[in-house]
Amino acid sequence: MLRVRILLFAAYRDWAGTGEVTLDVAAGASVGAAIRALRGHGDLWRLPEKPIVAVNREYADLDTRLRDGDEVAILPPVAGG
Amino acid sequence: MYAAITRTPINAQALLDRVRNRSNGAALLFIGTVRDHNDGREVRGLRYDAYEAMAQAELEAIAHEATERLGSDDIAIEHRVGELDVSDIAVAIAVGAAHRATAYEVSRFIIEEIKRRVPIWKEERYVDGEDRWLEGTVPPARAPIR
Repeated sequence: MLRVRILLFAAYRDWAGTGEVTLDVAAGASVGAAIRALRGHGDLWRLPEKPIVAVNREYADLDTRLRDGDEVAILPPVAGG
Repeated sequence: MYAAITRTPINAQALLDRVRNRSNGAALLFIGTVRDHNDGREVRGLRYDAYEAMAQAELEAIAHEATERLGSDDIAIEHRVGELDVSDIAVAIAVGAAHRATAYEVSRFIIEEIKRRVPIWKEERYVDGEDRWLEGTVPPARAPIR
């Protein structure tokens, strides 16, 4: 098993009711698999099918393989400026 | 070069002063401020949420890319997060260059890249009491990193 931190922001944080979830996933699991496991949490079923993600503070792909201790962020479309 | 996410009010003049020097004939300051209306609704303020560590890293990456275009590091950028009132400065970009054309071009590049890829979100607070997260932009796709 691997343990990863999942960070949520803006509307996604509101849907989850929290900004951070610790998740245990199978060795070799992808970011996409971790997100599927989260969809039962709060209102996270509302997440888009392919959300924007970052792994350890860099934009990443849903196929990225997780490593123990990774920081995975699920990001709504950005609206700075 | 200076780039920062900040929780305190932005001092735009201080940013402009960072990019003024003897070899620059142009110093350009852009400030983005909180508007009192959007989509036909009266706005009383904004809340900016950010993935602060990543937003700081993306802002620095944009500043680095901008220095390559500019040919110098006379660039200063701040983006504010937290609760802002109408007229507050949300983002400020100062660019110093030998000539104005380069300063305008690089300043525009920086603000467009900020809007495209820095992980910051905006919640509008309306005069009628409602709050709403604004629709954003999907950043450019990245390949799997492993």
